[in-house]
Amino acid sequence: MTRLPAQRSTVALKFLMAVTGLIMVGYLLLHMYGNLKVFAGQEALDDYSHHLRTLGQPYLPFGGALWIIRVLLLASIIGHAYAAVMLWRRNRKAAGFVGGKRYHSPRGSRGIQRSYASFTLRWGGVVILLFVIYHLLHLTGNQIHPGGASDSPYERLVNGFEIWWVVLSYTIALLAVGLHLWHGVWSALTTLGANHSGTRVGSRLTPLSWIVAGVITIGFLIPPWAILLGIVD
Amino acid sequence: MKITVRVWRQKNAESKGEMVTYGLEDVSEHMSFLEMLDVLNEQLTLAGDEPVAFDSDCREGICGTCGVVINGIPHGPEVTTTCQLHMRTFHDGDVIDIEPWRAGAFPVVKDLVVDRGAFDRIIQAGGYITAPTGSAPEANNIAVPKEDADHAFEAATCIGCGACVAACPNGSAMLFTAAKITHLGLLPQGQPERDSRVLGMVEQMDFEGFGGCTNIGECTAACPKGIPLDVISHLYRDMRNALTKA
Repeated sequence: MTRLPAQRSTVALKFLMAVTGLIMVGYLLLHMYGNLKVFAGQEALDDYSHHLRTLGQPYLPFGGALWIIRVLLLASIIGHAYAAVMLWRRNRKAAGFVGGKRYHSPRGSRGIQRSYASFTLRWGGVVILLFVIYHLLHLTGNQIHPGGASDSPYERLVNGFEIWWVVLSYTIALLAVGLHLWHGVWSALTTLGANHSGTRVGSRLTPLSWIVAGVITIGFLIPPWAILLGIVD
Repeated sequence: MKITVRVWRQKNAESKGEMVTYGLEDVSEHMSFLEMLDVLNEQLTLAGDEPVAFDSDCREGICGTCGVVINGIPHGPEVTTTCQLHMRTFHDGDVIDIEPWRAGAFPVVKDLVVDRGAFDRIIQAGGYITAPTGSAPEANNIAVPKEDADHAFEAATCIGCGACVAACPNGSAMLFTAAKITHLGLLPQGQPERDSRVLGMVEQMDFEGFGGCTNIGECTAACPKGIPLDVISHLYRDMRNALTKA
C-alpha cells in the first residue's frame, strides 16, 4: 500500500460526496416546484413540462436545457455513488470487525448519540437509487404505466397515483429520501466547512437539514396523496 | 459489591481471542475501574492464571494511555477516562463487558492492549510547529485573540487515547487529527505549516487505514475530554484551502 496524495484522500471523496449531494438537493427543490403545478390544472402542468423543453431556445435546441440538467444529474449520481462505495468499503474494514461484529457487548450497538437517519444513510441511498430507476421508467419514460399510458404528463401522474400501491411505493421512497436528507444535508454542509458548533444538536445546520428534508418530503408527497384522495382528478 | 466481568482474552496479535467470564466477590464502589482490573489480576495470579493485559499510566485522566470499551462504549458510561471511572457507576450483581478498542488501524497486541502507533505517525506527518531553539521568547510578544487561544486550548486537551476511533462506526480518526490541526492552526506559531500539516496528516491518516468521517458526532460523545465537533469542520476548511492552493 502506498500513501496516496491528499487529492485522493477520504476527505477529498467527502468533498465530492457533499457537492454532488447538494446539486441533487437543488434539483429536488426545482422538481418539487414543478410537481406542485398539478394543483393549477392539466394545462398548467403540461405547459410547464413543455416549457422545460423549450427553455433556452433559440440558443439551445429543443430539450437542450433539460439534457444539460440530465447530464449534470447523472454525473452527480455517479460521483455520489462512487464516493459512497469507496468510503463504505474502506470504513467497514477500518472499524475492525471480528467475526461479523465489532463489539461483543450488545449494549452499545445503537451508539451514544447517532440519529436513526445516519444509520439508514447507506442502505437508504441504495433504496433511493432503485426508486429513481423505477420512477424514471414510470413517469419519465412511461414504460411502466399502471393505470394507463399517456402523452400528457398530467394524465400520467393522475393515472398512476389513483392506484393505492403506487402511492404507497412513492411514500416509502420519499420517507427514505427524507431520512437521507435529514443527515445528508447536515453532513454535506459540515464537510464543506459550514459548521461552527461544538455539538451536533447545537448547530444551526441541524434545524436547517430538518427543514430541507421536511419541505422536500412533504412537498413531493402532497400531489400523489391529493390524487389518491380525489382532490385532484 | 459482587460483579461479573466478561473480558476479551487474546494471547497475541495472531491468535483469535474470545470473551471470558470472571466473577469478583468483593469490589469496593470507591475503586476505579482499573483498580477493579488490578484486583481481578491478583485473583488470576493467585489461581495460577495469566493476568489480563491492559494499558495504564498516570491514572489521573491526563495521559491517554488507558482506555477500554466498557459495555460497548469507549471508556464506559461516563464522560471520563477509564482510570477516572469509578465502580460506584455500576451496581451490585452487574455483568460488565470489557473489550479492547476495535479498529483496523489499532491491532490488538494482547487482551485489552492495542497498538496505537498509528496516532504517533499521524503526528509525525504534520502535528508540530517549527520553533527556534535557545532561550524561551517573551510570551507576550505575539498577541493571540482570547477566543482563538481558548478554542486552541480546548482542542489541545486531546490526550490521544483513541476513544474517538473506537466509538466511530467507520473507525475514523478525524476527531483526533482535526483536534491537532485546530490546536496548531488557530495559533500564530502554527501558520507556516498550516497547509502542509493538513495535507500530510490526512494522507497519513488514510495510509494507516482509518475510515472516512460521516459527521455523526459519535466521537465527540465518547471523548473523555469533550473535544468539540467543530474541529472537524476546521480540518475541512484547512483542507479545502490547501487543496485549492496546490
